[in-house]
Amino acid sequence: MVATSDIVIEVRDLDFYYGDMKALRGVSLNIKRNQVTALIGPSGCGKSTFLRLLNRMNDLIPGTRVEGQVVFEGKNLYDEDVNPVDIRRRIGMVFQKPNPFPKSIFNNVAYGPRLNGIKDKKRLDELVVRSLKQAAIWEEVKNSLDKSALSLSGGQQQRLCIARALAMAPEVLLMDEPTSALDPIATSRIEELVEALKKDYPVVIVTHNMQQAARVSDDTAFFYMGEMVEMGNTERLFTKPEKQQTEQYITGRFG
Amino acid sequence: MTKGGIFPAIIGTFYLTIGSSLIALPLGVASAIYLSEYAREGWLLRLIRLGIQNLAGVPSVVFGLYGLALFVVFLGFGVSILAGSLTLGFLILPTVIGASEEAFRQVPSTFREASLALGATKFQTICRVVLPSAMPGVLTGSILGIGRAAGETAPIMFTAATFYTKHLPTSPLDQVMALPYHIYVLATSGTHIDQTRPLQYGTVLVLISLVLGINIFAIIIRTRMRRKKTW
Ligand SMILES: Nc1ncnc2c1ncn2[C@@H]1O[C@H](COP(=O)(O)OP(=O)(O)O)[C@@H](O)[C@H]1O
Ligand SMILES: [Mg+2]
Repeated sequence: MVATSDIVIEVRDLDFYYGDMKALRGVSLNIKRNQVTALIGPSGCGKSTFLRLLNRMNDLIPGTRVEGQVVFEGKNLYDEDVNPVDIRRRIGMVFQKPNPFPKSIFNNVAYGPRLNGIKDKKRLDELVVRSLKQAAIWEEVKNSLDKSALSLSGGQQQRLCIARALAMAPEVLLMDEPTSALDPIATSRIEELVEALKKDYPVVIVTHNMQQAARVSDDTAFFYMGEMVEMGNTERLFTKPEKQQTEQYITGRFG
Repeated sequence: MTKGGIFPAIIGTFYLTIGSSLIALPLGVASAIYLSEYAREGWLLRLIRLGIQNLAGVPSVVFGLYGLALFVVFLGFGVSILAGSLTLGFLILPTVIGASEEAFRQVPSTFREASLALGATKFQTICRVVLPSAMPGVLTGSILGIGRAAGETAPIMFTAATFYTKHLPTSPLDQVMALPYHIYVLATSGTHIDQTRPLQYGTVLVLISLVLGINIFAIIIRTRMRRKKTW
């Protein structure tokens, strides 16, 4: 099976273990280009675990084991010859809690490009400005690029973290409940941003908030107890779920 | 014994303090990086930690004799700033390692995670995120240790200090006068106690002020950094 051109990541029969605990069972799904894919499901069902498998962040947790394949641009991420560091440069990630570095706003965004060896001040300037604009935070910080990132509000910090990820020019953007620590206004700004980003970046977003999934995503995958129960067009999934567990979840009967 | 002044002793103590910091800081920080970021739990790590704890408990005169045997005699540095700095450096090494490890522990794991997720290697993450964030803690803890070293007599009496020299040191292989040793000699070897006692007390005052100054400096760094730090 060759990945067709509208598929950027193809997950096949993925199992994942934390030590002896099997956290994911036989997950298969496709992430498409120019789309927002939402991962929903009750807490502890394995959404974050799954997301972190897409950029090999789980490699950092000792005692974990992966079986199955994550094919990204035609290549299994878990092949022997793949360097996880390269993968993380190509697949960006935004975390649940905003986690800017205790550095200036500029240095936060320039962090990734500098890792890539970009030293030229002009190029860094350009990249920083462009990324901040893309993350819709430029207007708010353009006069205070030297100020500490920690002086920003939570919502601003999260958009800064998005800018920081975008500065790497990632091929995919992963977001793990990026608004769960934010107030409603900051949340809606991030949601608008996600909408705007999808034309340039495939976005995979974990959310425990079904309204959010419905608002921002094109496709939705429903996870339950380590399995991917159902995936499909978001509107279809929310209006005509095929599986009973999906229906129970979206009608609020559990989780 | 009443002439000459203590300026050379102040300078000597200053050089020894700087010298021992130059040795203990890089070595201590590097050790702490290994211990807290790279080493795997196991018997080896436990052994190393035990060694460090014991090192912290070794009487300072033993460091002095060890420095005499290793640096002064065996390595042939002679009684010198270099030998004294190395000896004092090893004396404060456990303090620096302890302070650094504690400072690394305080760096939130979310910083490390953010850096790694951007495709930084572990080493890049340590150099660019962990170390800068931990530096205030490393410095504060270390400076307190260095303040202690500045007042020690035993480690330098065989390795660096001389009672009297008119010359200021011109090379790391020169001997120096040093405040603590000066006090020791004034207190024990005087033939005109009544004349040297005021000098002795004066020197004590200078030394105490110096150590106090170093400690206050450390505390200022700590409070300033605490105020800035909001994670
Ligand atoms: N680092 C870890 N070590 C061991 N178990 C973990 C770890 N992280 C998550 N788990 C377990 O894996 C399961 C899935 O967790 P997670 O992927 O975080 O769920 P979700 O993001 O859907 O809430 C849970 O049972 C959780 O307790
Ligand atoms: Mg989660």
